[in-house]
Amino acid sequence: MSAPEGLVLLARVGRHNSRAIETYLADGGYDALRNVLGGGMTPEAVTEEVKKSGLRGRGGAGFPTGVKWGFVPKDTKGKPVYLLCNADESEPGTFKDRLLMEEDPHQLIEGMILSAYALKCRTSYIYIRGEFYLGARILEKAIAEAYAEGMLGAGILGSSFSHDIHVHRGAGAYICGEETGLIESLEGKRGQPRIKPPFPAVFGVFGAPTIVNNVETLCCVTHIIKRGAPWFAGIGRNEKNTGPKLYCLSGHVNRPGVYEAPMGLQMKELLFGEGFGQGMRDGRSVKAVIPGGASAAMLTAAEIEDCPLDFDGLAAKKSMLGSAAIIVMNEDTCIVDAAVNLAKFFSHESCGQCTPCREGTPWLHRVLARIEAGEGRVEDITLLERISNQMANGMTICVFADAAIAPVLSSIGKFRDEYMHHVEHGRCLAGPRAAAGGAGSFAGTGAVANAASGRGAHPPPEIPGA
Amino acid sequence: MPFPPEVLERIDRILERYPTKQAALLPVLWVAQETWGWISREAAEEVARVLELPPAHVAGVLTFYTMYNLRPVGRHLVQICTSISCHLAGAGRLIAQCRERLGVDLEETTADGRFTVVEVECIAGCDKAPSIMVNDTYHEPMDPSCLGQLLDRLAQEPA
Repeated sequence: MSAPEGLVLLARVGRHNSRAIETYLADGGYDALRNVLGGGMTPEAVTEEVKKSGLRGRGGAGFPTGVKWGFVPKDTKGKPVYLLCNADESEPGTFKDRLLMEEDPHQLIEGMILSAYALKCRTSYIYIRGEFYLGARILEKAIAEAYAEGMLGAGILGSSFSHDIHVHRGAGAYICGEETGLIESLEGKRGQPRIKPPFPAVFGVFGAPTIVNNVETLCCVTHIIKRGAPWFAGIGRNEKNTGPKLYCLSGHVNRPGVYEAPMGLQMKELLFGEGFGQGMRDGRSVKAVIPGGASAAMLTAAEIEDCPLDFDGLAAKKSMLGSAAIIVMNEDTCIVDAAVNLAKFFSHESCGQCTPCREGTPWLHRVLARIEAGEGRVEDITLLERISNQMANGMTICVFADAAIAPVLSSIGKFRDEYMHHVEHGRCLAGPRAAAGGAGSFAGTGAVANAASGRGAHPPPEIPGA
Repeated sequence: MPFPPEVLERIDRILERYPTKQAALLPVLWVAQETWGWISREAAEEVARVLELPPAHVAGVLTFYTMYNLRPVGRHLVQICTSISCHLAGAGRLIAQCRERLGVDLEETTADGRFTVVEVECIAGCDKAPSIMVNDTYHEPMDPSCLGQLLDRLAQEPA
């Protein structure tokens, strides 16, 4: 079967037996590795190629991958270098890495081996979220196949390069997607982010130089080495936003799903294009779009006009590409209700390490919930802004708090009328609650039989009066 | 409550993957949960013993992560995602349906020990919202009719 026109990362999805190494090899898989280890490229040349490709990390921050690799010290003072694949995909609205791992595990494994070669790394770990039980089993099977074919282990393909990959399952904690939280978790601790510097490239897991890369990023490496940096850099909107990109489309569209397109796809094309979302369900109109997962500021319907979905296109709109999770909300959605839902997520997932975040996230949730329930006061809107501004911008160890306030501040800024209507009339401005799926309360803790979760040890305090 | 010998052998193989014993803590807690269904204080102490870790460290880690069960759960752990995309798709109705159908609140277990229903945060099933998991398996997309059939089927499974 030939790949669907133009697809790179998803080319093999849907192919019969796409997970098996036989089909991967038949499709030209591991050719890049064979070429590199056969003397085609030095480790430095691989890093240089990734730098030239312009590849920026697909996990959320968009940091240039080759530059990150370059931070590993030349002299590691006898310490090993570790490569960690971040497969903790937990940002609400994101589901691309799950697809990549479940459908084409060898694409990831080849990218990891190539990256490890560039980093002179002997051992790597795939940190995969606990819920991806199927994905972990598929990866373990694929890794076993790779060992059997001589692609992993000692002296890969007869070369002097050796590498081992281990699958490490998480156990339910959003914060472990933050790279130093992931490192702490891999060391067998609570996944609480570290103070930086030192950065992981110098002092990471087990005190050794460590590179953490997202699943999609590592899959891109496979294709960059196979087809060259100029090819990769030639895809995308401009030289700062290169390569193929996976977009996770969900919410009130006709055809949600993972879509691949050149970096910089227009938002409206993704929502309405024939090959993409195919428009709004039930002929409704767009009210708001979250462009980069729960942590990204919401955009209004007007803002999605001329909105390239890439790092700089969304930064220009004071939001972010993040994990490229595009969540579409129609005209019947109550924005306050959506904000309550997002705030509940962050309140539950705060790791509890820094006071502004640990205390602030439940406060935001409670104030929002009381506005949504029709018990809010006009001053509550100012209170939300005041709490938010005391939580982020360097008040905490990691950027979780910055993420938590983004939906709150953007929704207030852009949909203030809905907040005011709730406060003044005690109900939604938008259509029937049922249309927004807002039935039932959200009082549950969300913990899996773990109500006494050590993270949220303190019940949220009374909200200070405004 | 010691680990059975064959489980200890499995733990030895897990330890080979890491340069420290502590790094094996999450995988060994998974093994403990598979062995006993949930992780009691005694089970946590056994994990601490085999990994040579302070029991307080194990307890701290155990309570940080949501997927370790700190008390027994039903044979079918129904996990309903209520994060934003599933919320927009009506996940709240599925929660209400489970409560009514099973007669238990969230995090409670039915008297016959078959079901525990919990709310979970985003499980990366957003394009097939609302998405739920029963134990390790995804069931998506869900709607009240599918959920009714699923619960019927699970309720009729031989004990």
